Amino acid sequence: MPVEVESKRPVIDELGREVDELVVNIGPSHPSTHGVCRIIAHLDGEIVVKAEPVIGYLHRGIEKMAENRTYLQVVPLTDRLDYVGSMYANWAYCRAVERLADIRVPERAEYIRVIVCELQRIASHMMGVGASGADTGAATVFIYAFEVRERIVELFEELCGARLTYNYVRPGGVSADLPDGWIERCREVVRWAPDRLLELDRLFFGNYIAAERMKGIGVLSQSDAIAWGASGPTARASGVTFDIRKNDPYSVYPRIDFRVPVGENGDCFDRGRVKVLEAIESCRIVDQALEQIQPGPVAAEGLPRLLRPRAGDAYDHIESARGSLGVYLVSDGSPRPFRMHVRSPAFCNLQLLGLLARGHTVSDLVVILGSLDPVFGEVDR
Amino acid sequence: MALVDSLTSALERIPGGGIILTSMDALADWSRGQSLWAMPMGTACCAMELIAASFSKFDFDRLGTFPRPDPRHTDVMIIAGTITKKMQPAVRRLYDQMAEPKYVIAMGNCAVSGGIFYYDTYSVVRGADAFMPVDVYISGCPPRPEALQDGVLQLRELIRTRSLTDAPTYERDLTQPGLDAARAGSTDAETLIGDVPERPASGAGESL
Repeated sequence: MPVEVESKRPVIDELGREVDELVVNIGPSHPSTHGVCRIIAHLDGEIVVKAEPVIGYLHRGIEKMAENRTYLQVVPLTDRLDYVGSMYANWAYCRAVERLADIRVPERAEYIRVIVCELQRIASHMMGVGASGADTGAATVFIYAFEVRERIVELFEELCGARLTYNYVRPGGVSADLPDGWIERCREVVRWAPDRLLELDRLFFGNYIAAERMKGIGVLSQSDAIAWGASGPTARASGVTFDIRKNDPYSVYPRIDFRVPVGENGDCFDRGRVKVLEAIESCRIVDQALEQIQPGPVAAEGLPRLLRPRAGDAYDHIESARGSLGVYLVSDGSPRPFRMHVRSPAFCNLQLLGLLARGHTVSDLVVILGSLDPVFGEVDR
Repeated sequence: MALVDSLTSALERIPGGGIILTSMDALADWSRGQSLWAMPMGTACCAMELIAASFSKFDFDRLGTFPRPDPRHTDVMIIAGTITKKMQPAVRRLYDQMAEPKYVIAMGNCAVSGGIFYYDTYSVVRGADAFMPVDVYISGCPPRPEALQDGVLQLRELIRTRSLTDAPTYERDLTQPGLDAARAGSTDAETLIGDVPERPASGAGESL
């Protein structure tokens, strides 16, 4: 349970002596920061009084680089944004381009996009849950989660030749049709995965030690989640029923029957559990999409090699594994974007760290950061 | 390893010590390569493949390589990902904290040369060898886990064939370009990374 604390200098200890508030630097290279985050933690004994994330250690200037590339050449850059879920950034960017240039996407391509993005959600959540497990001292969870992730990564590799940076979703469709027999192999994986995910749920979230470690840690209230702009599993764990797939339906999601898991307490336990339940739900979505998919073209017909959208701007967002991922594009009629901006859910969720960690111990700070599931490629861009 | 090092210089002075020295050398080189504990310097995308390489399907442990995020306990630093100008001093500092003999694997195009961030970005260091010595380069964006494991085997071969007295030391490495500035205590990233290649006159993608 969090302790009521107040930042004051100098701090008076229990014997009435003046002690300085201890400032501890964590990172930027630290196994528990999930990348290259640096946290400046102000401590009173073991209790965190204030925790400031320092970001920018992976700022690669992707938004600026996009201004020097043609619309098609930006797609590989978007792979490197959210490198745990590359398909999402591909898709969000392509949707913005399609909106800007009025491109109609064939139905089969939309189904393929939904299939790969839901598979990506499972793979991404497995990384998030596994890392949460490792943060709480349960490395076994990571190995269980990676079993599912590896099966999905193999499917992606068959699809586009890459294990991590796919460059698969392109403006107007996808880069290649599904290989022969891929649908059967994919169906086999999504029918096998729910059992493994339930086992993982039972193993980790059904475990008394893990529950004690995560329940009541880093509680985010529903009103705070909305006020701080949280989205994705972080917001839904706090009881915010917001999912772009339901609230602003896009692609072929309206034709698919699925539920959105919502937590109650908004603590680290709920944030982790929502991810596993979402992954199970994603298996159902993929299964349905594989039933519904029909033969047809996978890329828009008659698309020019060099896209020159009309002058203007476009914004589109999708529900990524981390939340509401939006891409804003401004065009001046030239073959390159005038400006690209990425509304990154990981960035918006990471700012909650200071709010959530206050009053907890340093070991809980690590668990809270893990439960927010930041990916620093997307935070720093 | 310090004991082995001091032993060699002592043996050189006694008559017939060369025979012992040669076999000691071979033994030391063999033993050094067998259990390379890795310091995972996962900065970006490649870190995901580094994690994948450690887990069940690829199983890094069978090569004696165990990820240990502590510079004091490790023999080889695996730089997996883009190094930005803000991150560069931290990478260098962690390398400096590692105990001799130490080796570096640059994993992925970003750590090799800057990769797709070589041109037209202002914040990326063009390759890890701009500010620290690198022993093995693995290309790919990202490389497969098998490629990383092959890189570790290559490093093992390198350690085995390189004589004990030729093993890289910190002092020798400091003669690399750009490092005089680091030694002088300069923290300015521009002076540390040395010459920055200019972008070619024709813009990328202009001809499409």
